[in-house]
Amino acid sequence: MNLFKNNKWTITLLIVAVLVIMGTANVFAAPKQKNIILATTTSTQDSGLLDVLIPLFEKGTGYFVKTIAVGSGQAMKMGEKGEADVMLVHSPDAEKKFIEEGYGVNRRLVMHNDFIIVGPAADPAKIKGVKSSSEALKLIANSSSLFMSRGDNSGTHAKEKTLWKKSGIVPAGQKWYQETGLGMGQTLNVASEKKGYTLADRGTYLATKKSLALDILNEGDAVLLNIYHVIEINSSKWPKANARGAKAFADFMVSKKTQDIIKTFGVDKYGSPLFFPDAGKKVENLGK
Amino acid sequence: MELIVQGIIKAFELIISFDAEVMGITWLSLKISGTATFISLFFGVSIGAGVALTDFPGKRIVISLINTGMGLPPVVVGLFVTIMIWRSGPLGFLEILYTPYAMIIAQAIIATPIVMGISLASIQSLPANLRLQILSLGASRLQMAWILIKESKLPLLAAVMAGFGGVISEVGASIMVGGNIKGYSRVLTTATVMETGRGNFDIAIALGIILLIVAFLVNLLLTQVQQRQRLR
Repeated sequence: MNLFKNNKWTITLLIVAVLVIMGTANVFAAPKQKNIILATTTSTQDSGLLDVLIPLFEKGTGYFVKTIAVGSGQAMKMGEKGEADVMLVHSPDAEKKFIEEGYGVNRRLVMHNDFIIVGPAADPAKIKGVKSSSEALKLIANSSSLFMSRGDNSGTHAKEKTLWKKSGIVPAGQKWYQETGLGMGQTLNVASEKKGYTLADRGTYLATKKSLALDILNEGDAVLLNIYHVIEINSSKWPKANARGAKAFADFMVSKKTQDIIKTFGVDKYGSPLFFPDAGKKVENLGK
Repeated sequence: MELIVQGIIKAFELIISFDAEVMGITWLSLKISGTATFISLFFGVSIGAGVALTDFPGKRIVISLINTGMGLPPVVVGLFVTIMIWRSGPLGFLEILYTPYAMIIAQAIIATPIVMGISLASIQSLPANLRLQILSLGASRLQMAWILIKESKLPLLAAVMAGFGGVISEVGASIMVGGNIKGYSRVLTTATVMETGRGNFDIAIALGIILLIVAFLVNLLLTQVQQRQRLR
């Protein structure tokens, strides 16, 4: 270690290194007012869709988008506190409440895919081929097969709770019912590892399928539709929010160009699209 | 097992090909954690030395608090920093939530008690007579403190390593206050969490390996300085 022979030299090097680091620290600053905080679900990030869309938006408009990927529940909580400018979420009932309470405006339909129940190929609860998804959950409960719940108030978790309600079963506290408290990708990993069932959105499942030992065991029930809306924050309530940026992003999401990208996103990699564009359609007509 | 091998291969692919995104993430990790450690060094050593060299009532309680702070859970720090700096928080006007600055602040808060605790212990472990000796030679208290800090260079470098190691490997606070924004606040640890969530285990392992290499190189440099001191 000739390099380090001279003590003073090493210390000088160290100081120079620190100064260089401190100096370049200033480059971090992104221009103010140009920032948009997008609160969205883990599924839009884990599926890779936003990695394609955000750079396009930033290039076209000059805005800088800070994507915070959390569950839909937390995304709307951020909106309620004025900590986000625009939300891309998939928890319709909670969204309606959010709008009614005056936190958000201009809720627009963006796209949908669907939820699926996945589980080990052996299918111990024999849910394969069962039409109704709440019936399938009933079979899982009756056979005490392991079910992994997101347990994080996300859109997927909200859907799961609706399905349990429909099936007339109260899973909370049961031994076979476990909550991960994690995002979709990680919950799928856990379910795969523990050979359990779980409810997932098709997009995340297809995108992470290669590392999972899980098959699609229940799909197609009309209640399994997974619908994404974009909501702008109510700027009369939160004057600090970047309303113009929020509108620009929401407009971008429903623009024809973006919708065309959504239509084909994932086809090359997974053989089928992960999301179906729906801008301008009515929710009642989806999946028909 | 196969996955780990794949991860290692992937790591070397990413390093050798100078993958622009991974290089950016690594450089950002170094910048943020390096700056945070530098800040923590300033506060940690000065306050640590101050507490070690003054006697006051309740000193043991203060020392216990500092030692407890060495194990400050990063997520708790992240939560408090978030609440302080979000738009509706007391420091909201700064508009620094989800920026690298917020990450530096959170990491500096995590590293400061670590540096403080170690420097406090190392200065206290110097022979008590040394203080009297220096003072009797006519040094002011500030000069004495400076000489004592120089005397404990060895453990102080250990403090730097511990502080830096603590923050560059930390993920809870970074993801909370930084938001893991691509090309802006995504560092090695938060990227690893995200790639794990996406099921890209090979990339996640590769990022983990790069993190270890970076931490090793930084510690190698610091250890060289430290051991040089000892030989003299």
